[in-house]
Amino acid sequence: MWEALRKSTSATQAQPADGFLSSLGFALAIVAKDVRVELRSREALSGSLVFALLTLVIFNFAFDLGGEMKETAGPGVLWVAIVLAGMMGLSYVFAKERAQGGLEGLLLAPMDRSVIFIGKAAGALLLTSALELFLLPLFAVFADASLLSPGLIVIVVLGTLGFVTVGTLFSAMAVTTRSRELMLPLLLLPVAIPLIIAAVEGTRIALQGQSWGELLPALSVLAAFDALFLTLCPPLFEYVIEEMAS
Amino acid sequence: MNIRLNALAGSATAGLPGLRFGLPVLAAALLLAALTEALVIAPTEAAMGDIQRIFYFHVAAAWAAFLAFFIVFAASVAYLRTKSARWDVVAVSAAETGVVFVSIALVSGSIWARSTWGTWWTWDPRLTTTFLLWLIYVSYLVMRSMVEEGQRRATFAAVFGIIAFLDVPIAFMSIRWWRTMHPTVLTGNGFSVEPAMLPALFLSLAAFSAVLLHLTLLRSMLERSRQEVTELRRRISWMEERRG
Repeated sequence: MWEALRKSTSATQAQPADGFLSSLGFALAIVAKDVRVELRSREALSGSLVFALLTLVIFNFAFDLGGEMKETAGPGVLWVAIVLAGMMGLSYVFAKERAQGGLEGLLLAPMDRSVIFIGKAAGALLLTSALELFLLPLFAVFADASLLSPGLIVIVVLGTLGFVTVGTLFSAMAVTTRSRELMLPLLLLPVAIPLIIAAVEGTRIALQGQSWGELLPALSVLAAFDALFLTLCPPLFEYVIEEMAS
Repeated sequence: MNIRLNALAGSATAGLPGLRFGLPVLAAALLLAALTEALVIAPTEAAMGDIQRIFYFHVAAAWAAFLAFFIVFAASVAYLRTKSARWDVVAVSAAETGVVFVSIALVSGSIWARSTWGTWWTWDPRLTTTFLLWLIYVSYLVMRSMVEEGQRRATFAAVFGIIAFLDVPIAFMSIRWWRTMHPTVLTGNGFSVEPAMLPALFLSLAAFSAVLLHLTLLRSMLERSRQEVTELRRRISWMEERRG
């Protein structure tokens, strides 16, 4: 991990450390590092995937997903699995940086701190998307649903984007406290519930094969939350990371 | 030491002397007037009867909670800009009083719903988003108790206080965005309330706002004194350690 970090920071230092392109390069270097670390350990992904599977199995017995409850309970079950397993993955986003001293390296890099946030959130988004790539086909099998509706894909992408953005910010806050396993859900769930409700509603409408016009209310709520979180979280993260190092 | 402690406690409560004495008097007077208007003078609603009188305090409590959460939001922004502990004190005080008022709104609404809708609770958008507000600001307070006192706690609380406020406009707008069974008071054409009931409503709104500001101010002074005492204790133990 250290080598990857050193390589990526020296690569950005070679160019002048300002401007959009070098910021993008820096963020991409963080993403590449996080993906490489995850590929080597597979800790976060395999852990959260097994957790999501267990959630699906338990709910399947509670609600009989293949039968009559498919349309009423199915979308909620899918999102509970995504949210709970995704939150497990999110709690890893900064844990390793703090444990192994990577945070100092990030802080020393000649770059805006909000760029660190973009890189970290993009890495978390990739991780959660990978989880969903496994989870969605399994859900389709259990609930006998078709996944190939473009509406469902848009809903899942928008819902995940907002959830991961604000989740990355709160993950940075939670990692510095003693009771971080408790802290992340405590902060993230209440704030994300409106977004999750909209995602569940949208998923239900998409699974029923309704038109885009029917999807519009859920889509606009999701898009509004995504836009708000994406504009608010990077500048707020700059205050959070100042407190993380101490 | 006693003299210094008194001086410090004095400086903690020195600000805004006019508000300190004027506000409780104003709040008490307004509350009395609002109670008289709402319970005695306002006409009895034809369909619902006397239970409708809860409405004045229910709306006022919800309004006071929105106001409190706006204070949390504004104080959080001010804290991040100035890093002055004073704003953190204002934010936590407003969050606490806001939770109290949103609880009053939820409970009084529930009592009204039992007699009018025939159920204590329903997952209506307005009710759900208001309950969410309660959850969010209780989380805010629990989070504060989980982080050690100091600049880190104040910063994290401010960051959460800003993100948390996003749900307030949604709770307020929920009755216009989604179909709901919750009555709409403020419509595009003004108030949808009998003119004879408006004085009681406005007096309740003013009274609850004054009570909220008074409680928040009191709580802020308490919090500042508490922080001064913590700081003094820290200094005393440091001095005793040096003396050996």
